[in-house]
Amino acid sequence: MEETLVVQDVRKTIGKKEIIKGLSFSLKKGEVFGFLGPNGAGKTTTIRMLVGLIRPTSGTISICGYDLQKQFTKAIQHIGCIVENPELYPYLSGWENLEHFARMVPEITAHRIQEVVELVGLQNRIHDLVRTYSLGMRQRLGIAQALLGKPTVLILDEPTNGLDPVGIREMRQFIRSLAEKEQLSVLVSSHLLSEIQLMCDRVAIMSKGQIIRIDTVEHLLQEQARTYWSVDPVDKAKQILQNETTVLGEKDGALVTMYESNETIARCNARLIEAGIYVSGIERKLPTLEDLFIELTGGETID
Amino acid sequence: MINLVYNEMLKIVRKKRLFIIAAIVAVLVSLFTYAQFKQIETIRERIGTTDWRTQLQQQIIDTQNRLNSTGISEEWKKFLKIRLQQQQYYLDNDINPMAPGAPTFMRMFIENSIELFLPLLVMVIAADLVSSEASGGTIKLLLTRPVKRWKVLMSKYIAMILSTSFIVFSVALLSYAISGIVFGYGGWNLPLLTGFSIQGEELNTTAVHLIPQWKYLLIEFGLAFFVSLVVGTLTFMLSVLIRSTAAVMGIMLAALISGAILSSMVSSWESAKYLFMVNLRLTSYISGMAPPIDGMTLSFSMTVLAIWALGALIVSFYVFTKRDVY
Repeated sequence: MEETLVVQDVRKTIGKKEIIKGLSFSLKKGEVFGFLGPNGAGKTTTIRMLVGLIRPTSGTISICGYDLQKQFTKAIQHIGCIVENPELYPYLSGWENLEHFARMVPEITAHRIQEVVELVGLQNRIHDLVRTYSLGMRQRLGIAQALLGKPTVLILDEPTNGLDPVGIREMRQFIRSLAEKEQLSVLVSSHLLSEIQLMCDRVAIMSKGQIIRIDTVEHLLQEQARTYWSVDPVDKAKQILQNETTVLGEKDGALVTMYESNETIARCNARLIEAGIYVSGIERKLPTLEDLFIELTGGETID
Repeated sequence: MINLVYNEMLKIVRKKRLFIIAAIVAVLVSLFTYAQFKQIETIRERIGTTDWRTQLQQQIIDTQNRLNSTGISEEWKKFLKIRLQQQQYYLDNDINPMAPGAPTFMRMFIENSIELFLPLLVMVIAADLVSSEASGGTIKLLLTRPVKRWKVLMSKYIAMILSTSFIVFSVALLSYAISGIVFGYGGWNLPLLTGFSIQGEELNTTAVHLIPQWKYLLIEFGLAFFVSLVVGTLTFMLSVLIRSTAAVMGIMLAALISGAILSSMVSSWESAKYLFMVNLRLTSYISGMAPPIDGMTLSFSMTVLAIWALGALIVSFYVFTKRDVY
């Protein structure tokens, strides 16, 4: 698949402290890529480097084949972004804000502005002052602004921040449809793990300025699947299971083991019954991304 | 580029800044017109005549009395002597320095506002040009467009120049229009003296000549525009360097006010003449007032101001194009 955004060994040092320690990843056409990490992991710094607000100390970022440092205007033309909150001019109307940014990009017509306004569903309030908008509406206007120049890569920092549950759901569907129908590459950062899980194809987990894992969401979760055993007596069952597989611990009165294969489960089950243990339930569970995240980052807190 | 400048002007206009400034000017001009009117009335009552010659003679007597009184500083004495010579020159040559009329009021207004009032107005516009984008977070949207950073800053600088022109123009227009209601609109061709130069304690009158008032005004407003641009550029630099508009205004205000205070007390601290804020009273050189420090001339002051402005411009563009935006 075609790669739209390629990041190679990007580092950033501020003072003597290395904040970003060599990131490499790439975005493919038509995928939603999640960026996950605790506060201070360097997500925002990374995103600011991707859109040219911060100059990396070393490494290269290329967008659609253009180097962001050397061919800034050509590279940035393919990017649409919202960095942190969608901060727009409150004393202008939504339409005037869009016109303002359209003037900075060559060849954007009033027709295109109308198009993005309809795309984000703001047509009823677009001529009101932004000051009077709710956070959700500002978020939509922010997305409209990002889509104005028909980008190939869309970078959204916390796109569901401040939205109500219905809004979050709509935003999620909207982002998926952009990737699937318009074939955009979308990079989404979020602190809501459930969001990333529902929305993204691939996810990068960041901690302390490094990417510790990049993989598809399914694959990451698959690998970490668990088997829950509801057994009695627990102690005796634990001894038996330890011989057959890895026991991870106890949770809510059930023993938790690694999920290896269905055969393992069947074999373990046979052993337990042979030993006269009462097995009331065997359940295979996928962990949430949250469990996985805590496991990978060693329990660093996220909010 | 025209699009970018249009954007910047749109923002300035929609923030209603220019409108507020025009309103401030209108209010102040009305205030000063009234004050001027009252002053003329009082003088009339005191002297009991409207003849300007007796007024001028009275002024000369006043000045002489002040000169003879004890307890005034040596510097002040020097200034009064020069002033006296000048007044005597007007009287001998039959020229009315206070001839009322809107153009005369304009002249006085610009001479008194060049040092503080006009720079303050320019500061109101220039202070938040860049800093408001930084504090409002919109700088992130501005700098992620396919436009080079120096172009973004250049468009803001051009918008600053346009606004400054608007301010100087509206000061001229409003002071003429409003004061004319009271003093009448005539007096454009009134001959005025210029070309005074001060050498040591002597008022050198060898180069003194007459020019019509409209020409005089043109020169003074030109100088006022130059001063406004310099102050605007310095404020612009601070606006690039500092995120908070209030801090920018505070620093600039402190500098301007310290300039006004310094000018009256630095005559023995010679190197102070390289500070921009003691060089702002360019119109004094035209009307023949003593400069705050010996050896300061019009070309010297303009060079100092131009160098400060150029330095500020270089710093602004360097910092803005290199800086990481957080």
